[in-house]
Amino acid sequence: MSRRRDDYENSRWRKFRSWVDGEVDLLASGIAVQPPRESADLKDRKPENPHKPQLEGALDRDKARNQELRRKGDPEGRGIRYFRRFYQVMSVLLCLSIIFVLLWTIAYLPAFGNAGNPDNNEVSARYIERGLQETGAVNIVTGMILDYRAFDTFGESCVLFIASCCVLVLLRIDAADGEGRFRETEGKAGQAKGEPEYDVLLKPGAAGSVWARKRLEESNDRLYEPKDDVILQKCACVLVPLIFVFGIYIVLNGHLSPGGGFSGGAVLGSGLIFYLNAFGFKKTEEFFTEKVYRRLTLCALTFYCMAKSYSFFTGANYLKSGIPLGTPGAILSGGLILPLNICVGLVVACTMYAFYALFRKGGM
Amino acid sequence: MSFVQNFPFFSIIAAMFSGILSSVLDGKKARNLSLLVIAVTTGMSVMVLGFCMRTGESYTYMMGHFPAPWGNEIRAGVLEGLTAVLFGLVMFFAVIGGMDHTAVDVEESKQNLFYIMIDLMLSSLLALIYTNDLFTAYVFVEINTIAGCGLIMIRQVGRSLSSAIRYMIMSQLGSGLFLIGLSLLYDVTGHLLMSPAKEAVAEIEAAGLYAVPMLVIMAVISVGLAIKSGLYPFHYWIPDTYGYATPTASAVLSGLVSKGYIFLLIKIFYRVLGQENVIASQMINVLFVFGLAGMLMGSVHAIMEKDTRRMIAYSSVAQIGYIYMGIGLGTQAGMVAAVFHMFTHSATKALLFISAVGLYEVSGDRKDYRSLVGAGYRNPLAGIGFAVGALSMVGFPMLSGFISKLLFATSALQSPHKMLPTIIALAVSTVLNAVYFLRLVITLYTIPSGDEGEKTRAFSEGQKLSSEKEDGHRQTSSRQQVITKLRLAVVSYILLNLVLGLYSQPIVAAIGKGLSMFA
Amino acid sequence: MGMALLVNAEETVSIILFGVGFTMLMLHRNLIKKIMGMNIMDTAVYLFLAVKGYIKGRMVPIVTDGIQEVSAYINPVPSGLVLTGIVVSVSTTALMLALTIRLYERYGSLDLDQILMRAKEEEA
Repeated sequence: MSRRRDDYENSRWRKFRSWVDGEVDLLASGIAVQPPRESADLKDRKPENPHKPQLEGALDRDKARNQELRRKGDPEGRGIRYFRRFYQVMSVLLCLSIIFVLLWTIAYLPAFGNAGNPDNNEVSARYIERGLQETGAVNIVTGMILDYRAFDTFGESCVLFIASCCVLVLLRIDAADGEGRFRETEGKAGQAKGEPEYDVLLKPGAAGSVWARKRLEESNDRLYEPKDDVILQKCACVLVPLIFVFGIYIVLNGHLSPGGGFSGGAVLGSGLIFYLNAFGFKKTEEFFTEKVYRRLTLCALTFYCMAKSYSFFTGANYLKSGIPLGTPGAILSGGLILPLNICVGLVVACTMYAFYALFRKGGM
Repeated sequence: MSFVQNFPFFSIIAAMFSGILSSVLDGKKARNLSLLVIAVTTGMSVMVLGFCMRTGESYTYMMGHFPAPWGNEIRAGVLEGLTAVLFGLVMFFAVIGGMDHTAVDVEESKQNLFYIMIDLMLSSLLALIYTNDLFTAYVFVEINTIAGCGLIMIRQVGRSLSSAIRYMIMSQLGSGLFLIGLSLLYDVTGHLLMSPAKEAVAEIEAAGLYAVPMLVIMAVISVGLAIKSGLYPFHYWIPDTYGYATPTASAVLSGLVSKGYIFLLIKIFYRVLGQENVIASQMINVLFVFGLAGMLMGSVHAIMEKDTRRMIAYSSVAQIGYIYMGIGLGTQAGMVAAVFHMFTHSATKALLFISAVGLYEVSGDRKDYRSLVGAGYRNPLAGIGFAVGALSMVGFPMLSGFISKLLFATSALQSPHKMLPTIIALAVSTVLNAVYFLRLVITLYTIPSGDEGEKTRAFSEGQKLSSEKEDGHRQTSSRQQVITKLRLAVVSYILLNLVLGLYSQPIVAAIGKGLSMFA
Repeated sequence: MGMALLVNAEETVSIILFGVGFTMLMLHRNLIKKIMGMNIMDTAVYLFLAVKGYIKGRMVPIVTDGIQEVSAYINPVPSGLVLTGIVVSVSTTALMLALTIRLYERYGSLDLDQILMRAKEEEA
């Protein structure tokens, strides 16, 4: 009996199930997380905190709790276990019922790939037949999203903008914010012991506060990356220019070939991130700081907003917009589409880089 | 084409642009810009409303050079104008009333980000009101969701973060359903703009095609938007979200965000799916039942709650239930009542949240409602504001809540099958509302005695001492300003409530007119 | 129904993915897996839309050789919608991940139940 149980504990099915249940972190054994080095005397003064975000501690605790739950004869644990089982069954049932309802629906939908389907109507016909003349874009999809349905696309850029604002709120570490976060994570433990001495604790590198540690990491950002990796840097020297050229090509040719501001911007952003990983924050900060990011986004979005407002206003009031469309197929054609693609490309590239930088060290 | 007709477009773009601009401004300037933009857009909405009332018809506005089935479009009519005016007013006073709390709750360097959220929230609400295109609606629903999440979590304490993630999860479920509904609808109609889509739906219905997909589309879109607006079984995120955000955010979220989705749902019912098809599909009955359940359960939860702001938040669940019940009645009168209640609830809930803040301030910022004993004497105006709001929610004559209950009751009489449950639920829910709201009001005006009284008296004396010493965030001179701003907001909300209550006739007529323009 | 589903095999797959993602987003306790579920759900909708735009034997909607007949190209509308949708889902994913990081920093857990429990304990 016990042996069978052991088999079960070690079987792949068991492992798979516990992974699905979120009990075990598969990465926990594979990746060693190195805590930032701190000098010994600092470690001694580290205040104890119940909710301290220590990966190993949390994992151990979770594991212990799960084992406890699994142990037989524990009435409370059994209750929770039955509840969990019930929960799993219910979730599978719910999933199946949603799938069933939607499958039942699509069984009645028009057949796949048929030219006579209702969505292939006069709308798409006009985009295809007259898109080239009306928007000047060879790529019909680009013409559609940046001219026919430009309002949606403007809204979409704003989604990206506001999401980056939210991430800034959450992850940017400002002086005041660091203090706030420090208070919220460490303050409790301090208060329990009496008056916490913020002035002492807030000095960078002091007594293991989360904030101070973050600062430490920030000032010595390469803690987690290989120092001056020659292979990586040489590869970056070759690849980064290529990636940039490719990204710029995609952005500029958005109205002529597959691509456009969003895809090109994503490529440019990934190039920036690659450069950052190879050479570190010191290098990137020479040309890309938060100020640059803000100004670029502001300029790009302002131009986008103005240009589209002009074209909406003239369109609705039946005025001629007076923007030449150029010869289709040439790089300088398509009226506003090319500048708009450039703007979108800039916004997307900056936002991608900003996301990465914020997630990694809480600032740019 | 008259110049006024450009105003819906101008107001959306102005709100968006101010959000973009605020990213380089500091907190104060961003706040002033926000206030300016809200005031200007409200002014524009008033003119749009006036224009539509005068001409007596709605109009569509091309966003670009291409007409209806090809280009984006927005549409303005009486109901759109009225809703935009009311939302603008509520938002303006919410920002003014909670301004100083925002300054304390949000870090100095992130103040401008807060006002970016407010600006983009305004633009997305306006876009949801004016839109005539389904996919535009989806994009702005997402902006609305993200801005709402930003408003919740900007006060970075633990509970607000955990409630923000809950809010995001529920909202994403709703968005996912809404998006798949749109995709299915696009597949069977081939249109994304509302007017051509409606024609296509009418053809499909006439030909008897795609019966099952149409039913599922209705269900999925309604359920998606119902999740996002917090209808009863999906309400779990509401109490935390409204209870722990900064006051402006609570007022805006509870007063406006969920209403934006409901307005969109009504618009989709009328302008895309066809109200008669929705009624025929029985979908409306589902909304009706959940609305009734929400009316009762929301109030029951509120009674069991001790924390004042969570209590108000649970009352929102009940009020959303009222609105869905009105939609679920399936008659024109029911819909008018639902829209009117939407307005009532926006104005009243914002009043409650803002004046609750004033009461907290004089009672030591504790959550338990019993700490508010006698707070009505310590901050008279906030006490009156809260009492007015509470009475309006209970349905006291002269206030807006009374009119909406009256409208619900009269409209219920017109639908024979639903008359009995509606009337019973209205009665029971009113009693339950009265239980917890009057309990709060009585607490406010109880003369402090015994233990609690000692504590609060000690607190207010301590506060006097501390304000004399002029330490902490608020100094005596700035405290005076805080009170003025709060007073301004509370008085305006009370006036708004009285206007909705006493001049309800023209407003109800305008709603009816606006709804008939939808068809 | 079975035959119809086979004809619409691509839609069937996307709908199954949608259901899986939806359930994961709603019911999984682990926040990271919830976010994965959200992405699966969104991607399933994009697959659905892309499938809906496809027409057998036609080219991508980029005008080549000056041919501008409807019969030459697939429907460009769903492609545009997918493009818009992808950006929206990138934004929401980034926001959710940032929130998750903050919550993990604070409560040392990714389990939503535990986070809510600890948040409540902290309050009391």
